[in-house]
Amino acid sequence: MFDIFSQRLQQKYRTLDFPNKQPNLSARYLGRPEILHDDCGDCHACMDACPTAAIRLLSASNPGPRQEQKGPALDMGRCLFCGACAKACEQKNGTSKIRFTQDYHVAAFAREDLIITAKAHTPAVPPRNIFGKSFKLREISAGGCNACEADTNVLGTLVYDLGKFGISFVASPRHADGIVLTGPVTRNMREAVIATWEAVPEPRLAIAVGSCAISGGLFATSDECLNGLDGLCDVQLYVPGCPPNPWSILDGLLRLKG
Amino acid sequence: MHFSHASSVAIHALPCLDFASLRNDVLVQLASGWRVIAFFALPRSLFTEQELHECPADAKHGLCCILAREKNLWAVRCAPLHAFQSFSPEYPQFQRFEREILESYAIESTGHPWPKPVRFIDPASGGPRPGPAQCDYFQVNGGQIHEVAVGPVHAGIIEPGHFRFQCYGENVLNLEISLGFQHRGLEKLLRDGPHLRDVALTECIAGDTSIGHATAYCVLQERLTNTAPPIRAKLLRRIALECERLANHTGDLGAIAGDTGFLPTSSWNGRIRGDFLNLTATICGNRFGRTLLCPGGVNHSFERHDCETFLPRLEAAWADVSGAVDIMFASPSVLDRLTGTGKVSANLANELGMVGVAARACGLAMDARHQAPIDDLPMHDVNIRTASGGDVLGRATVRRLELADSVTLIRADIESLASMTDADGEWKTDIPAQLPSHSLAVAQVEGWRGELCHVAVTDGAGKFAAYKIYDASWHNWSGLEMALRGEQISDFPLCNKSFNLSYCGHDL
Repeated sequence: MFDIFSQRLQQKYRTLDFPNKQPNLSARYLGRPEILHDDCGDCHACMDACPTAAIRLLSASNPGPRQEQKGPALDMGRCLFCGACAKACEQKNGTSKIRFTQDYHVAAFAREDLIITAKAHTPAVPPRNIFGKSFKLREISAGGCNACEADTNVLGTLVYDLGKFGISFVASPRHADGIVLTGPVTRNMREAVIATWEAVPEPRLAIAVGSCAISGGLFATSDECLNGLDGLCDVQLYVPGCPPNPWSILDGLLRLKG
Repeated sequence: MHFSHASSVAIHALPCLDFASLRNDVLVQLASGWRVIAFFALPRSLFTEQELHECPADAKHGLCCILAREKNLWAVRCAPLHAFQSFSPEYPQFQRFEREILESYAIESTGHPWPKPVRFIDPASGGPRPGPAQCDYFQVNGGQIHEVAVGPVHAGIIEPGHFRFQCYGENVLNLEISLGFQHRGLEKLLRDGPHLRDVALTECIAGDTSIGHATAYCVLQERLTNTAPPIRAKLLRRIALECERLANHTGDLGAIAGDTGFLPTSSWNGRIRGDFLNLTATICGNRFGRTLLCPGGVNHSFERHDCETFLPRLEAAWADVSGAVDIMFASPSVLDRLTGTGKVSANLANELGMVGVAARACGLAMDARHQAPIDDLPMHDVNIRTASGGDVLGRATVRRLELADSVTLIRADIESLASMTDADGEWKTDIPAQLPSHSLAVAQVEGWRGELCHVAVTDGAGKFAAYKIYDASWHNWSGLEMALRGEQISDFPLCNKSFNLSYCGHDL
């Protein structure tokens, strides 16, 4: 018993006072991308380097979500945050027009807000908080590789201490205010996802975590997958990444909860 | 044909036998201690006219069987056929391979005791797609017998699978696990590659084993093209692989403590696991090691000053986890709960072809780091760790011992890396854009769960005609089923955590 107490002292107090204090992320972490210029000419090195076709070049006939007509549009909903585009641009042009910042605030409340262009814009605000101080979620993994699942699960550990924010993951959809979905939604999970969603009492929210759940990600071209949660239900929160950093998920949940 | 585990072979150099001769040869090998690591179908286009001479004109696929013993591999082929005599009744380690061959290639294994689907996909033989987990289950009859069905959606944040327990009261007479919910068609996406997205895809085979699977993919290409990555890349790859082992073993020991009701270690290890993931993130920015590896080397440098900041963080996390785990193993109530629970005998583990932590817990000395090394780095007196019980305690003990080993390896590798400069080589070697045609190579990597195996076969244009992936979970799910026999149903969560198998690594 004494050894347990002594070890308890050894292990210290480790919960971060989030969001008052900010997490210490790796200097090599790639967060929210920025597009610095849109004068790309005919260059499409970034597009060619992208493993998930997350980048397209805008034009008058292929405008961006805010009617931008030139430069690259990077869809964070498809992005793996691998940085290959920035590297390719730098190799071709000396400096890169795409820069990945250390900003982990990547969550968005509207799908088109995940599309980054050179033009700044004001993102959509979260839906009105209807759940007050208590927010219960049911997680569904539907083809997720266990990375998004792990970085969602980790929010329950004492570093993040999800429970202190009034948010918790529950075992039954009947006890939940919404679902968190990870994975591209495989054909073999489609029925289970719909059944779980329908078992959640209304009003209810749907949250897509990870590029697979948002767009199909790496599996968007697979005939065994359904390209994520959009199309199965109305999604209120998107947290992009492969997988998203746990702080990105927590930030999204807290902003959704209001 | 015998070949070294590290070399690639010309596909046409592998003997192409009729199935009866193949079967005889395989049985002789198995009797002398070889085990199957891959058994899969090869497209007809990979066989020569002469080899196709006597086989049925409408058979689309032949077979390839690869066995392993220590550092040696042995492989044979069989010309396209419709059916063959199953190995499973004598050698249960074949049962899942044969079910997959039937489901995905429509080649029947005659005499297989129960050739039910593995992944519940569109059957290659045509006919309707069965719904997921829609099949007959082994049932026990009797007035007081009841069946418990669990999943696919489970109570926690975990991947989906369906479990059927046949119970007499609290006692489990049989557990059957039906998977396939996670099938993403990943092997199909790799076919005709290499493609730009392949490394990222292999990192997602099982996200918790990103480094393990991406390493196997890169090593395969290096073996096919006979390219050696630079020494610094080899060191950094092993550091990342051992960090992955540290993170997962730490998490698993915490989960085992949690299911035992020993909350201190459960709570601390959940956090310390994150410390190891964050160490990986110092190398490449991603907690799971995504983007670190590429064929020919690594994408990130790790210089002396990086090593200097890495080491104190490793030591701090190691001090925390060893303290947390020592407390757990010093608790009589924990030891009592773990001892004898979920036992698998060495004999059974061998029959089922189990690998990794679960096999070592039964006393089987199997570790690809020693038996099929991917590099020539020294092992620094780290040996294969085994236990004898085959129970949850055994699986926990092996993990505990391996934590120390991983720290030993990382310390040594960081020290080597810190003493090196650009004069010792770059971080990656260019590998030929074109893979050699009609070649086969195998990569066995000791991931944290156990040996994972990738096999690539190239076609005439040097593209992947077949790319097969076997995660450790492929072999070990049957072990979990057997571990539950005779146990109480309430032991399931604990047994499950002690195996901690991958769903998507199996379903792909």
